[in-house]
Amino acid sequence: MTFPGGRRALATVATLLVLVVGGLIWALWPGDEPVRGRDLTIPVLDGPADDQRVTLDATFFPPASGGRAPAVLLAHGFGGSKDSMRAQAARLAAQGYAVLTWSARGFGRSTGQIALNSPDYEVKDVRRLVDWLAARPEVRLDGPGDPRVGIAGGSYGGAIALMAAAYDRRIDAIVPQITWYDLADALFPDATGRGPAEGVFKKMWAGIFFSAGADRLAPDGGADASALAALTGAGRAGTAAVPTADQVRCGRFLPSICDMYQTVAETGRPTQAAVDMLRRSSPVSVPGRIRIPTLLIQGQHDSLFPLSQADANARAIAATGAPVEVAWYDGGHDGGDAEPDWAADRTTGWFDHWLKGSAAGGDGAPFTVSRDGGRDPGTRRTVLVHATSAAYPGLGGVRQTRVELAGPEQPVANPPGGSPASVSSVPGFGGLLGGAGGGSVSVALDMPGQFAAFESAALAAPVQVTGSPTVRIRVYGTGEATLFAKLYDTGGALPVLPSSLVAPLRVTATESGTPVTVTLPAVDRRFDAGHRFRLVVSTTDMGYATPAAPAVYRIGLDSPELTVPSDPALTTPATGPAWWTWVLPLVAVVVAAVLLLTGRAPRTAGRTDDDLADVPLVIRDLGKRYRNGEKAVDGLSFRVERGQVLGLLGPNGAGKTTTMRMLMGLIHPDEGEIRIFGTRVVPGAPVLSRLGSFVEGPGFLPHLTGRANLDLYWRATGRPAEDARMEEALEIAGLGAALDRAVRTYSQGMRQRLAIAQAMLGLPDLLVLDEPTNGLDPPQIAEMRRVLKAYAERGRTVIVSSHLLGEVEQTCSHVVVMHRGRLVSAGPVGDLLGATTHVNGSGPRLEDVFLDLIGESR
Amino acid sequence: MSPADTVTASAPGYAPGRTLPLRVEFVRQFRRRRTIVMFGLLLALPWVLVVAFQFGPASNGPGGGLRLSDLATQGGLNFAAFALSVSASFLLVVAVALFCGDTVASEASWSSLRYLLAAPVPRDRLLRQKLVVALAYSAAAVTVLPLMALLAGTLAFGWHDIRVPGTGEVIPAADVLPKFAVVIGYALVSQLVVAALAFLLSVGTDSPLGAVGGAVGLVIVSSILQAVEALGSLREFLPTFWNTAWLDALAPRPDYSGMVKGVAISVTYSAILVALAFRRFRRKDVVS
Repeated sequence: MTFPGGRRALATVATLLVLVVGGLIWALWPGDEPVRGRDLTIPVLDGPADDQRVTLDATFFPPASGGRAPAVLLAHGFGGSKDSMRAQAARLAAQGYAVLTWSARGFGRSTGQIALNSPDYEVKDVRRLVDWLAARPEVRLDGPGDPRVGIAGGSYGGAIALMAAAYDRRIDAIVPQITWYDLADALFPDATGRGPAEGVFKKMWAGIFFSAGADRLAPDGGADASALAALTGAGRAGTAAVPTADQVRCGRFLPSICDMYQTVAETGRPTQAAVDMLRRSSPVSVPGRIRIPTLLIQGQHDSLFPLSQADANARAIAATGAPVEVAWYDGGHDGGDAEPDWAADRTTGWFDHWLKGSAAGGDGAPFTVSRDGGRDPGTRRTVLVHATSAAYPGLGGVRQTRVELAGPEQPVANPPGGSPASVSSVPGFGGLLGGAGGGSVSVALDMPGQFAAFESAALAAPVQVTGSPTVRIRVYGTGEATLFAKLYDTGGALPVLPSSLVAPLRVTATESGTPVTVTLPAVDRRFDAGHRFRLVVSTTDMGYATPAAPAVYRIGLDSPELTVPSDPALTTPATGPAWWTWVLPLVAVVVAAVLLLTGRAPRTAGRTDDDLADVPLVIRDLGKRYRNGEKAVDGLSFRVERGQVLGLLGPNGAGKTTTMRMLMGLIHPDEGEIRIFGTRVVPGAPVLSRLGSFVEGPGFLPHLTGRANLDLYWRATGRPAEDARMEEALEIAGLGAALDRAVRTYSQGMRQRLAIAQAMLGLPDLLVLDEPTNGLDPPQIAEMRRVLKAYAERGRTVIVSSHLLGEVEQTCSHVVVMHRGRLVSAGPVGDLLGATTHVNGSGPRLEDVFLDLIGESR
Repeated sequence: MSPADTVTASAPGYAPGRTLPLRVEFVRQFRRRRTIVMFGLLLALPWVLVVAFQFGPASNGPGGGLRLSDLATQGGLNFAAFALSVSASFLLVVAVALFCGDTVASEASWSSLRYLLAAPVPRDRLLRQKLVVALAYSAAAVTVLPLMALLAGTLAFGWHDIRVPGTGEVIPAADVLPKFAVVIGYALVSQLVVAALAFLLSVGTDSPLGAVGGAVGLVIVSSILQAVEALGSLREFLPTFWNTAWLDALAPRPDYSGMVKGVAISVTYSAILVALAFRRFRRKDVVS
């Protein structure tokens, strides 16, 4: 006879589990079927005379929305192919764009040679692709032959977006990422602003760049513009087939470009022809001709195309009046997080606004900077936040802070052969090291004797750098010095070179000292309070070509002032407490209140029937069903008067215990009512305080002594201690010294007696005992009978349940017989016995009486 | 006084509002072996850690790692933060689940619940008193560990300013003490969900271990789920997601937004779970 108590709890847990699993499935369920692209080849004519036939390998993704949609051209990075763009293309197509990706000439399965986004070659190819789009029925047109089209791409693909925008008026919006403004300046930078002709050759990046295009035997290119993949790919090249001498020399580069590179890389100095050629492939050559909405996404971890390249693009395009937004994200050619989702969302937002004309374009802002946003509280991993500002301030910042640097004039040596060289970043390996991401780890290393250092005092307050700091130094000595300036953040556990960037410069040293203004690399970083700025000027850097001749110069500060730009308007949108922070608890409190208020069982609380106020117990039509619908008690009615010792008799499962539990208010009757002294019994009804009970075994705290159990029980009733009649009860228990032992050491009989004593505490007017003599030995049983009779004689009432007829006969004055939940017989014990036939002539056998009664009920 | 004279509905001296006083419930729970063992464990753990740090190989010199565990020997405050961080995710969860999950279920398993209810202690009052006492024991458990760690750490490693993990910055001890109170307070609130869940399960079952295990199990499931980044911001609504947000309070620039969210989530879950427990217990047929 168990109502499985844990079932509801189990249901709760199961519900929670279902919710959790459901949430998981909802979150992880694959989205819509990705849009399938159609592979095709597009033949184009290009070259200076439009006479060179090239076949472009392309994939067209029709818009998932159907109808005529704006088109987007997705351009891949250097060393990649159209396959690098497949995922992004499918995503854009699903968002309602007609997307065309293609392998640029010289890459993937496209024919032709690499011309570095030359207006004569790659740009013409893109114009033909726009023509092709204009003929598609899926593409929305602005006019005849003029499709609504945008271009997006990174690095090499970003440059073609800019160049195509300059040469083809039909292009409506572009999103160039991590790309160049002036390829000559990117490969021959000079931090004194004298231009690429005097620049320092970025030899490692240039070599990687060139070898990626030389990888003529990897038909699909690398995964992206990943220089590392290209490097390893190049290593594989020789195993497949033996290439020709020209192939190994120039790969798929146009011979003129190949020759230019060979000359420049050998000397480490740019020729004017080389600068001109590189600039023809750069937006710098088309001033004022890019006049369409442009979103420039540049990487903070990019020693190839640093933020200054995007800055130049932004200024050039904004000068035409076209809308420009700039984002410095946590990516670039040196690694970082790359934020693929965020970049894709910004790109879509840009096109949604400028191609589809929708009002809001994502979380766009004229200037966005990805910053370290602390740690995710769940995973404790670094998260990025996006600080935004309403205007792009440029690298000079909105506000300039001056920081005093100090340090004596210091000699520095250029080692013969330029080796060993200082290390700032390792081109192509940034992604591998992954250190650039957090900004807190850097591989920067300076060689003793090769650098001069100037340090600020410990900062009293944090200083935010957003842009390019500048400083004036003096270089003493003779001849032309190649130097590298970098700004460390020291004071933390290790010095950090922000974004691992250096500013190379070439200076003609003089004995009186040549003053130069050095523009340091553009970064976004907060120098914390207690930290210091540390300017280091070194003679070598692994990534750059440096002179082989040994030399010694002296470096000093021309002015102690370091000018640090910042943009106070650049703020992380106040996330504040999310709306649910306030709403959820309020809703929960309301829900809790509703749960509690509606949870009150509608029952007429113990109203007293005065007529019955002196009747210890009246049960009327009592019924209780088990969960399975079977009736445990069915239509039970009887009445107990004062002074009676009533025996509740019935076999196991007759419903005696269930009745007693209802009597105690432990379980709710399904029908009928129980009145104790006229008051209807409900759970916790105060009238229960006049009831003493012992039902279904004792219930004690096993770790406490018998005395403490009784004492605490009485204190739990909240009634005055003197009403307990503790001594009388303890006498009945008869436990002696055992009373002060923990209950867990008691025998079954001892617990039984203690429980009966507990039921008698306070001498209740109605005493209910369930099988009180179970586990008692014969003398104790006899004693118990005496006690119960004496108890009733004092005007109180006792109800004893039993399945032992003999016991009922000897103890009780009245008897109620139950069977299968129903009342079989009720009345004085004598009546019950008298009504039965004598079988053996030795008085009525109770067993027979009982069997007779049960038989009647059948 | 003869019984015939009593016409009042209840026995003389009985008042529902006086039943099961808190003091009685405290005494009933206090002498239990599991209470004493749990507190003994919580009080001993800091000393065990101290000994472990004393005898373990001295791994980090100055400028060594900057993780919380590397900085534990920097001083009493650092040590207390470390002790809290290693115990908050499991030991304290178990302690809280034990005190709150055991309270009603163990009475049911001893069968003493029915005698309390027949005393009668009204059901709402019984739950209320038990919840208050269980929460008090839980609060004591969550408080006693960092305080003992503070004492043990101070005696073993001295009273120094706190060094912040990650950046290694130093915050004066005097500034950190009030923050430390915030941390302990937050740890208390964040364990409310565990307490409320264990309490709900306790009301629904006769098996104390089932209630404790159920609550701990749900915490484990929630911790596993919060590592699934594919769930995105959905994870913010997991009951354990913000449990470590108190680390933000010890940062040089304390950020309380995570803690505020954590409190909101904790209060939300626990309010509903506790209400469910009361609702369920009112209607329940007590058959144990």
